[in-house]
Amino acid sequence: MNKPSATTPKTQGSVPEPEVNRLPEELKPLVVTGPLADNERLKRESDHLRGTIRADLADPLTGGFGADNFQLIRFHGMYQQDDRDIRAERAEQKLEPLHTVMLRARMPGGVITPAQWLAIDAFARDYTRYGSIRLTTRQTFQFHGVLKRHITLMHRTLHEIGIDSIATAGDVNRNVLCTSNPEQSGLHAEAHRWAQRISEHLLPRTRAYAEIWLDGEKVESTESEQEPILGDSYLPRKFKTTVVVPPHNDVDLHANDMNFVAIAERGTLVGFNLLVGGGLAMTFGDRSTYPRTADNLGFVPLDKVLDVATAVLTTQRDLGNRVNRKNAKTKYTLDRVGTEVFKAEVERRARLTLAPPRPFRLTGRGDQFGWTEGIDGKHNLTLFIENGRLLDAPGNPLKTGVAELARIHRGEFRMTANQNLIIAGVAPEERARIESLARQYGLLGDRASNQRKASMACVSLPTCPLAMAEAERFLPGFVDRLEAVLARHGLEQEAIIFRVTGCPNGCGRAMLAEVGLVGKGPGRYNLYLGGNREGTRIPRAYRDNLDEDAILTELDGLIGRWAGERQEDEGFGDFVVRVGVVAPVRVPKEDFHDQ
Amino acid sequence: MLKALEAGAALLAPEQIQTLRTLTAGLSPVQAAWISGYLAAVAEQGEGTLGQPGVAVPPSSSAALTILYASQTGNTRGLAKALAAKAESEGLRVQLCTMGQYKPKQLKGERQLLLLTSTHGEGDPPDDALAFHKFLFSSRAPRLEGLRYSVLALGDSSYDRFCQTGREFDNRLQELGATRLAERVECDVDFEQAAAGWQSAVLARVEKTPDGVTQGGGQVVPFAASVPSYSRTHPYHATLLVSQKITGRDSTKDVRHVELDLGDSGLRYQPGDALGVWMENDPALVSALLAATGLDGDIAVEGIPLATRLEKEQELTLLHPALVQGWAALAQSEALRQIGADGPTLRDFMRSHQLLDLAEAYPVTLSGPEGARTLLGLLRKLTPRLYSIASSQSEVEQEVHLTVALVHHNGRAEGGERLGTVSGAFARRLGEGAEVRVYVEPNEHFRLPADDQTPIIMIGPGTGIAPFRAFLQERDARGAQGENWLFFGNPHFTDDFLYQSEWQDYVRRGVLTRIDLAFSRDQPEKIYVQDRIRERGAEIFAWLERGAHLYLCGEMRRMARDVEQALHELIVEHGGRSETEADSYLEALREAQRFQKDVY
Repeated sequence: MNKPSATTPKTQGSVPEPEVNRLPEELKPLVVTGPLADNERLKRESDHLRGTIRADLADPLTGGFGADNFQLIRFHGMYQQDDRDIRAERAEQKLEPLHTVMLRARMPGGVITPAQWLAIDAFARDYTRYGSIRLTTRQTFQFHGVLKRHITLMHRTLHEIGIDSIATAGDVNRNVLCTSNPEQSGLHAEAHRWAQRISEHLLPRTRAYAEIWLDGEKVESTESEQEPILGDSYLPRKFKTTVVVPPHNDVDLHANDMNFVAIAERGTLVGFNLLVGGGLAMTFGDRSTYPRTADNLGFVPLDKVLDVATAVLTTQRDLGNRVNRKNAKTKYTLDRVGTEVFKAEVERRARLTLAPPRPFRLTGRGDQFGWTEGIDGKHNLTLFIENGRLLDAPGNPLKTGVAELARIHRGEFRMTANQNLIIAGVAPEERARIESLARQYGLLGDRASNQRKASMACVSLPTCPLAMAEAERFLPGFVDRLEAVLARHGLEQEAIIFRVTGCPNGCGRAMLAEVGLVGKGPGRYNLYLGGNREGTRIPRAYRDNLDEDAILTELDGLIGRWAGERQEDEGFGDFVVRVGVVAPVRVPKEDFHDQ
Repeated sequence: MLKALEAGAALLAPEQIQTLRTLTAGLSPVQAAWISGYLAAVAEQGEGTLGQPGVAVPPSSSAALTILYASQTGNTRGLAKALAAKAESEGLRVQLCTMGQYKPKQLKGERQLLLLTSTHGEGDPPDDALAFHKFLFSSRAPRLEGLRYSVLALGDSSYDRFCQTGREFDNRLQELGATRLAERVECDVDFEQAAAGWQSAVLARVEKTPDGVTQGGGQVVPFAASVPSYSRTHPYHATLLVSQKITGRDSTKDVRHVELDLGDSGLRYQPGDALGVWMENDPALVSALLAATGLDGDIAVEGIPLATRLEKEQELTLLHPALVQGWAALAQSEALRQIGADGPTLRDFMRSHQLLDLAEAYPVTLSGPEGARTLLGLLRKLTPRLYSIASSQSEVEQEVHLTVALVHHNGRAEGGERLGTVSGAFARRLGEGAEVRVYVEPNEHFRLPADDQTPIIMIGPGTGIAPFRAFLQERDARGAQGENWLFFGNPHFTDDFLYQSEWQDYVRRGVLTRIDLAFSRDQPEKIYVQDRIRERGAEIFAWLERGAHLYLCGEMRRMARDVEQALHELIVEHGGRSETEADSYLEALREAQRFQKDVY
């Protein structure tokens, strides 16, 4: 092991040396100075993400990982969690918290084959505490509740079917999203290939993942291991990338650091608009934190995509705030150094001048449920999966249903950023069989209203360590009541983009909802209003600390007004802004926290 | 303080008083309290002289009566001491000695010998009797024509080879030419009455020599003054502080961590001791039993209502062979008769059934005082249950902690749960503040090394972990430098890791040097502590060679034998010993009190 020697200087210094040295002189003063965040120490001392993870794996006394490894396993796609429902109970039982890990797979664009599906289905059944597969807003699947002694088996199982979880969490470029557009299949296929290429290009180069989870052996190399793109201290903070095929904004591009919006000419992809600096996380009461939409920096031709992606990422790497993690994301770097300065540095590094943005239009963020036909003549069936949760509940064997589909399906599956599942590439003669199987297992039906399909929650309790209030478990019952409110005002067929998230960190993307709830404490939420359907406007805080009844009372009044006063096809979010219920958020840095 | 010393002067020699003064002069209150507890505990051991704990005064062969005993739980010791005291009070010169400390060569010179022994497990001698037993059955055993003797055998009739060790001693002594001065008496778990009968019989028949004056060798009377004020027959009413389940919600076991307050009882115990717990039967169980048999609980038997007798006096949850056989006759059940007639079947049956199961599955109708007497006639007396103490007083002071597994099985009826008497009460019936009758049962065969530098290896799967929690608390409080190595096993890591957070803390703080864990059901192949012992064979042997003490606690039937086998194997493999030499190696450890067991 290349353990850092005792003489390695701890990162007490005020400037991150390697990063700042890569900057031109005139930008160096823009680097934030001060004592570096502790995560900077652990990244630098981690021996390229190895830490002492293997020693922790061999420790039989605990099901968890030690302090630094607890953070480092994130770079390998895992979060240590515990069942918070029984944490207090176990403390009384003189048992440690029931530690497990959650694994988030790296699936650029969310494409998975039926064979891969069957393997993950079996693993979830045999080795996870919850027995479920979770489709998530990062357009991938997650295993929840994997005990430490099964982690190695999990990675090896995934490896055998060509899946890994490298860099799906931690301060790196995470799983790259891509529009799940089954209609324009040629364009989608190209966009998906770009998502894969960007993902691969920006991956860590360290062999730590293979060494710890697969080979078990450290390969001795004569040349020292390097991270030419991410750097030896990796990024200041998490970094999220999407590839978008307009007019669909199912990936919610404004929640992401770097976005490539596909520009096609006569059906052929010619390049991308580059949108940088979106992100939704914030901290209650901290005005220096805020959600922010991305800025359009210009058009990138196809041959410069990887260069530009590298340039954006390394500019953020070197200019991003390594002192205060709450202000470390790209969106804050843009606001701190100025979008033009950031753009110029990207252009310098990528050796190009960005062309003016090409026009494009976004229409909405939902998935197209039911059957659609692609231009290749293949058919696609989009299934609504509430909360993305595939579990065999009594009388509702959804997980088995998908596995049964995987047994006969010859195309592929596409997981969507809305946590739904597309059975893609179905030959016309297979349609009937696929559909009847989906119906048989309750995966396709008329039960879910439009409102339910427009609703989303993060995972939250009991597994997420950050959760302050319920989200996934809160959503279904709340939507029942919201449907009743809509019905009372004669709006049964309408849908409001409604999202619940258990804390202000953004997984549920409530900060791009028409109605967003952000967990404040048990049973209490802050209510945000005024996002739009396309997902280009941040909503504004409307009421704080409401319980479920109070939220519904507020919404009942507002939805009543919307029913009576709305303009032709006017969305709820646009309505509340137009009539002045809330003022629109224009420049989040300045006005998001106003109420 | 000084005054108290003067008052006690009659007991002490002047130089002892001086030493005591010197010692106590510079003590802090905490140190003084600790020493007081230490001395009380040494006194309660009742062996040896203070300052030489555990070292017996060499037995004198000139005694008129020699009383030898071997005890696993302490019952036999209690009886032997009482017998010795009685004999001395009748003017006999008595030598009282444990079999382990007795030099078998002296046997030849004995004239009157009384043996008291329990039987261990499936018919084995208790550890303390092993060497004596071996000698007696060897060719070295002398002819004993001049010896008069009698045997009191203690046992548990729910085991196959009831009182086996007592029977063997009795038969062997006869073979060697000795003469019985009274017939052997066999005692079941409710031993008091039968033992008292034997004591009267032997004392009536021993020869009282004219020069029967108590002197030197007598080791009973000098400590009469310090006999603890609470005992099996006179238990202390402790207060229940905590009965906390310490298995997770998905565990198939319900194991309780129990904390009791000994208040100002002055009760003292040492790590390794057991706590005797008396518990009345659950009134609901009594009602169910009365309902099942048709008896009226108000029927007075010798002036006491039947229900009261059942609740307070009779064993209702543990079956014994005579009860099963008697019930078969009462119920005129051929099926039950057959169960009762076959040893192994009966043993399994008794493990998984209670009296109420009999009453429901093999109904009998009893009525009136006649019926009540019939039922009572089949039942044994209620006995206390013994639990290895899971705490050290240097850590918990006036508390005592236990680790109690709920004994339970399901009855025929829906929800008809059958619980152990004490464990059921701790798990379901008693709330904080409840009174629990307890006494300390010393176990001098399970003691930490006197030298704090000595490394120890502790093997305690399941609730066998209990005394090792006491050991670590004690070693920690003493600041003992010796290394501590623990082996623990149970079905599942997530839900059955008893006291997990405490072991983590001990490891973090360096008190627990090593811990090896075997969770049998966490992988396709079952892994038990004995497997971990095999894996660590070389290191264990190295520890033993360095003088480590070895302790084994837990369930005997399945685990203890396998562990001993594994130890035997590792001595062969890593010690380069032959099979026979490995036997001797273990035997030598046992004799040196370096391999101690507390198995049940």
